[in-house]
Amino acid sequence: MSTTPTDQAKATLGGYGAPSKDRSRRSRSLGRYLFMPVLLALVLLLTYLSVSRRDLDSVEAKRLDFDFILARTREHLELTALSTLLVLVIAIPVGILLTRSFARPVTPVAIALFNIGQAVPTIGLLLIFAIAWNIGFLPTVIALAAYTTLPVLRNTMVGLTQVDDSVIESARGMGMTKLAVLTRIELPLAVPVIMAGLRTALTINVGTATLGAFIGAGGLGSLIVSGFSSNHPYITIVGGILVAVLALLVDYLAGIAEDFLRPKGL
Amino acid sequence: MTDPQQGHETGSASDAGKIEIRLENLAKRFPGVSEPAVDDLTMEIPKGEIVILVGPSGCGKTTTMKMINRIIEPTSGRIVLDGEDVTKVNPDQLRRRIGYVIQQIGLFPHQTIADNIATVPRLLGWSKERTSERVDELLEMVSMDPGRYRKRYPKELSGGQRQRVGVARAMSADPDVMLMDEPFGAIDPITRDRLQNEFLRLQEQIKKTIIFVTHDIDEAIKMGDRIAILREQSHIAQFDTPERILVNPADDFVADFIGRGASLKRLSLSRVRDVELHDWPTTQEGASPEEIRRLLDGSDKSAVLVLDEQRRPLRWVNAEHLSRSGNGRGLDDVGLPAEAVVQPNATLSDTLNEMITARYSTAIVVDSSNAYQGIVDIDTINETVRSMRRAERGRLRGDDAADTDFDDEDD
Repeated sequence: MSTTPTDQAKATLGGYGAPSKDRSRRSRSLGRYLFMPVLLALVLLLTYLSVSRRDLDSVEAKRLDFDFILARTREHLELTALSTLLVLVIAIPVGILLTRSFARPVTPVAIALFNIGQAVPTIGLLLIFAIAWNIGFLPTVIALAAYTTLPVLRNTMVGLTQVDDSVIESARGMGMTKLAVLTRIELPLAVPVIMAGLRTALTINVGTATLGAFIGAGGLGSLIVSGFSSNHPYITIVGGILVAVLALLVDYLAGIAEDFLRPKGL
Repeated sequence: MTDPQQGHETGSASDAGKIEIRLENLAKRFPGVSEPAVDDLTMEIPKGEIVILVGPSGCGKTTTMKMINRIIEPTSGRIVLDGEDVTKVNPDQLRRRIGYVIQQIGLFPHQTIADNIATVPRLLGWSKERTSERVDELLEMVSMDPGRYRKRYPKELSGGQRQRVGVARAMSADPDVMLMDEPFGAIDPITRDRLQNEFLRLQEQIKKTIIFVTHDIDEAIKMGDRIAILREQSHIAQFDTPERILVNPADDFVADFIGRGASLKRLSLSRVRDVELHDWPTTQEGASPEEIRRLLDGSDKSAVLVLDEQRRPLRWVNAEHLSRSGNGRGLDDVGLPAEAVVQPNATLSDTLNEMITARYSTAIVVDSSNAYQGIVDIDTINETVRSMRRAERGRLRGDDAADTDFDDEDD
């Protein structure tokens, strides 16, 4: 049955309850977007100037070579990306499962299990993996992932459980299936919290990937380690600066991704 | 549908007495609770009526309502919807046939108003064009400009607007049945009153079968075609029209629940269009002071109501205003604004409320285009209350020798 609105309704009711203007709180000012990259570029420039003006000895020249650093950076990013990806494919599905009503009895057990991963220091995990399994790239990726699964898992669960019950009830009440409620309502609404967890994981991973150098996984950690072992503190310092710049850059990019992935209307 | 009144009458004639929903021995026991939340409820809900479930907190009214769309699965009993037993059908499919409005509304915050309203049409696989047309139609139905609101997000709306969107969303696939759980409960009293009136006006056109849960007896009396007053475990204390419940409460529980002031509450049952309007001297905007003075002299009223060209009430002008307007001031600036304006569908209770604070103890009645129709004064209301009471007494005497004492008869 179709109905036409009455003019009367418009006349008497149209005007009240003026809606608030769309405040785009989430979009940062251009200045805030530019601050971090400019700062990082400046640090890199200063480091470059320092290295290029320095009279390098043979060990330093080998380590502080542009191609060498680029290769280590690539390894570092691969460690970070793969471990974070692993976290993503483990933590998010498990987080979803643990928040379903049928999983309620096992949730505390599961959380305790993932807690162990985070409680053991990464360097300890790395050594255990290296001794029990192997050294190299893959054990490092897995150790990193074991360490950062918990924050993402926890954020996934928090993100899903904080969705307003009335929103879920109205969705179910209109005849959306449980799966549709999950994919179209719960997950989109949980994205900001899940993303915050992922960003934490990414930042931790990019930092701790440095330790991979101890068990032969490469990465920028090699600069630091080789600086120590060959008694060249300059190499260690440059390595440290590069790791810090990379970590801040990754965090900065993840922050931008967070802004863009956050659903409109929140 | 040029004449909603006519649509209303033909609709009710063909549907008269038809049962839309039948609940048979419905019961709900929650695990770990010894007492059932709902115990053996049987009731019939007629097509096209608003049936109110009202009762104290914890009486099981919300549980009862939620069993109809099986948000809560009944432990035993049957739900029959339009002749079909839906107790065991796919609940998701069932819910797409039933509109659902809850107090917190539950709009999807990450979706636009248009997307929110389009939820059920999309579940039903409607085409984009049909869905989009329906969204516009519904927004207009709840008096929101589609061009302005389609693309907005729920957080950009006021509470009243969100509630309208909630109602529009529940009606999106034009369900025959709507379930409303305290739909106006979380809204400020002024907006609530408007939304209630607006909803009643809408219902006159759409004639849905509505189950409406509230704990507020005044809302029940205002909104309901029938009221089921429930006591604990959803036992029906009385299921009847508001008039009969007010006149003849089944027992002390019902009488207590209605509370004091049944006469005043009865005023919510009559509307301005049901009473005879009185005349008041009026004049057009731009009339000369002499004209107004002549009108005043020829009337027993102390003021004249000035109308604009579309006959919309503007101001009250009395003799004193006229004398002041003499000193070079035009007639347009003098007088008092015409307040206490009501439409024919306003309840006498609302009208009385307006009237008490208004000048000359009158409410101005306007039609749907806000053109002046007449006035209602305190005598009209008085007379209405008296005649209602007479009619009820007559009916009761005819019915049975009920020993109801009319404790409100002499107030």
